[in-house]
Amino acid sequence: MPNTDLALQSEDIRKTFGSFTALAGVTMSVKRGEFVAFFGRNGAGKTTFLKIAATLMRATGGKLFIEGVRSDENPEQVRRRIGFLSHNTYLYRDLSPVENLRFFARLYQIPEAEDRISALLDRVGLRRRAKDPVRGFSRGLQQRLGIARVMLHEPALILLDEPYTGLDANAVQTLNEILDEAVSAGRTVILTTHDIEQGLRAATQAAIIEKGRLVLVARAGDPAVRNAYVEYIREGANR
Amino acid sequence: MITKALGVLSLVLMIAALYLIFLYAPLEATMGATQKIFYFHLPQAISSYVSALLLGFGCIMYLWKGDLKWDRFGSSVAELGLMFTATTIISGMIWAKPAWGTYWVWDARLTLQFILGLLFVAYFMLRAYLPNREKRAMLSCVFGLLAMVDVPFNYGSIYWWRTQHPQPVVSPGGGGLDPQMQVALLASFAAWGFLYAYLLRQRIAVAKVEEQVEYLEHVVQSA
Amino acid sequence: MKALRAIIFKDIVVEMRNKESVSSMLMFGLLSIVIFNFAFQSSGVDRSFLGPGILWVAFTFAGIIGLNRSLSMELDNDCMQGLLLAPLSRGDLYLAKVASNYAFMMIAELFVLPAFVLFYNLRFDAKIAEIVGVAAVATLGFVAIGTILSMISANTRMKEVMLPIMQIPITVPVIIASVEATGMILRGETDGITFPLAVLGTFSIVYLTASYMVIEYVVEE
Repeated sequence: MPNTDLALQSEDIRKTFGSFTALAGVTMSVKRGEFVAFFGRNGAGKTTFLKIAATLMRATGGKLFIEGVRSDENPEQVRRRIGFLSHNTYLYRDLSPVENLRFFARLYQIPEAEDRISALLDRVGLRRRAKDPVRGFSRGLQQRLGIARVMLHEPALILLDEPYTGLDANAVQTLNEILDEAVSAGRTVILTTHDIEQGLRAATQAAIIEKGRLVLVARAGDPAVRNAYVEYIREGANR
Repeated sequence: MITKALGVLSLVLMIAALYLIFLYAPLEATMGATQKIFYFHLPQAISSYVSALLLGFGCIMYLWKGDLKWDRFGSSVAELGLMFTATTIISGMIWAKPAWGTYWVWDARLTLQFILGLLFVAYFMLRAYLPNREKRAMLSCVFGLLAMVDVPFNYGSIYWWRTQHPQPVVSPGGGGLDPQMQVALLASFAAWGFLYAYLLRQRIAVAKVEEQVEYLEHVVQSA
Repeated sequence: MKALRAIIFKDIVVEMRNKESVSSMLMFGLLSIVIFNFAFQSSGVDRSFLGPGILWVAFTFAGIIGLNRSLSMELDNDCMQGLLLAPLSRGDLYLAKVASNYAFMMIAELFVLPAFVLFYNLRFDAKIAEIVGVAAVATLGFVAIGTILSMISANTRMKEVMLPIMQIPITVPVIIASVEATGMILRGETDGITFPLAVLGTFSIVYLTASYMVIEYVVEE
């Protein structure tokens, strides 16, 4: 049964690619306003889980509710409520930051978009380059604009897949500030990373995923998290 | 067991059909011995269209049920379809050279058969370029469905226009076929029908094994 | 509906910026016409008989170039994923891409057609408008199937090659019907023209509907 107090509720979510099992039944719930850090090695299933939550991928089995809405039955309603950031920025190179954001604002049918767009561009520090085509931007600048794109429609649930990859120190700080603001405004953040320090910085909850299974879900401050991290990720890397 | 029975049955029927075609049915008055090709050509042509129909069916079933067995069914029928398309064209050419004096004319039926062959080839090329098993099944089924929806359009467009030109096709089965010829043709249809069922079952079995091999390769490589 | 318009508008703005799609289609269409002219110059065949076929070969190849361009724009930076994350159905996304592909292909055709008329010594008269009418219906069918096929081919290693391999055999009915209708117009025998037009119309409707229903399976990961 969907619980409307939960930002995300997954019941035995499974995903197989032919004979390969990417997710072997993930059951978890995330309360509104939580900041969840997902740790796991490459191929452990964290990206798959996020993509299923973002309705980009269909689960082989199980149920998933986003803000109380079942994702496979009402994908469009779910998409309105989520923001998804990965290392691809989804930006059009021939358009300027303002034009890119204007397009996404129309796509999400955001009222009074112009004010919101200029506020966001200030927030991510792109005011001066707002009219230049994205084509000439550095990776860091593009990522800043990507962050603005994700926050544009004020999503209730923000999903970030390895958001720190390719970000310069300043952009990391901007992203962290924006995420902290979002959490204090009652939004929910779920991010995947293999950098434990970045992951635990502001997280309230930590989850470790290994071979498609959740092996640990704990409060972020719990020492078990670091121990499990060492066990599953450091050792895994050495293996 | 069923497969074996189908194999034996098609063998027996094929021998019977050969007897009826070459020894029982009379020689055709104007074309002589070359007309015998039609007893093979026609069932093969029908088989290629049946394959198209079955491919469309298999694709719908896969998209609906999501069971990989329908994709195996689809790819197996498509392979038979391609084979029968090729044999139809080749047997037709063998007949056309003495009858029309040329191997190929852009006649409605020939063009249609050729395009059907191209659609099957495109289906297999698409499969070959899709490495992921599930993705391969999904996308080739979408394409298979779209391509088979096209067959009636092809049939309509080519048949309506290209046959405005005089065409030297002698339609077999039409215009009062000799009763003895009819018997031979029916026997040939039965033989090819059972052979089709036999080959299809065998091909699906092979497809299953191929899938297991692919899986084991994957396991070995990732270990 | 608003989201659909947003995508079409965005495609137009991007195209106005880089002009990649229309200009490459245009060049390809013109080149086809020129090359066919070389091929038939020495043979002494009456050009008015070959005209419709040449025109539609030019349109077909130009169209395939355009479809490939339009898709590669969405694959850049993984923009397609951004569209898939937006709150609109996969079917509407497909319709939006059909609309912009249709607009660009029609524009390219409207430029190629006068060149065709000039080079083949035809007269600029009402017949040309009628040919545009045929093209308007035929292009819709071509784009309806082409848009979904380009999305399928996007998943393969040889995108640019796979698209024509799938597209050309499927669009044979469109090409035949268009050539036939164009021929009728040029010869001034338009009595039976409703039949090819009906084939083109039915083809468009059937493939728009079928693609709208199965597009979900194509974009799903």
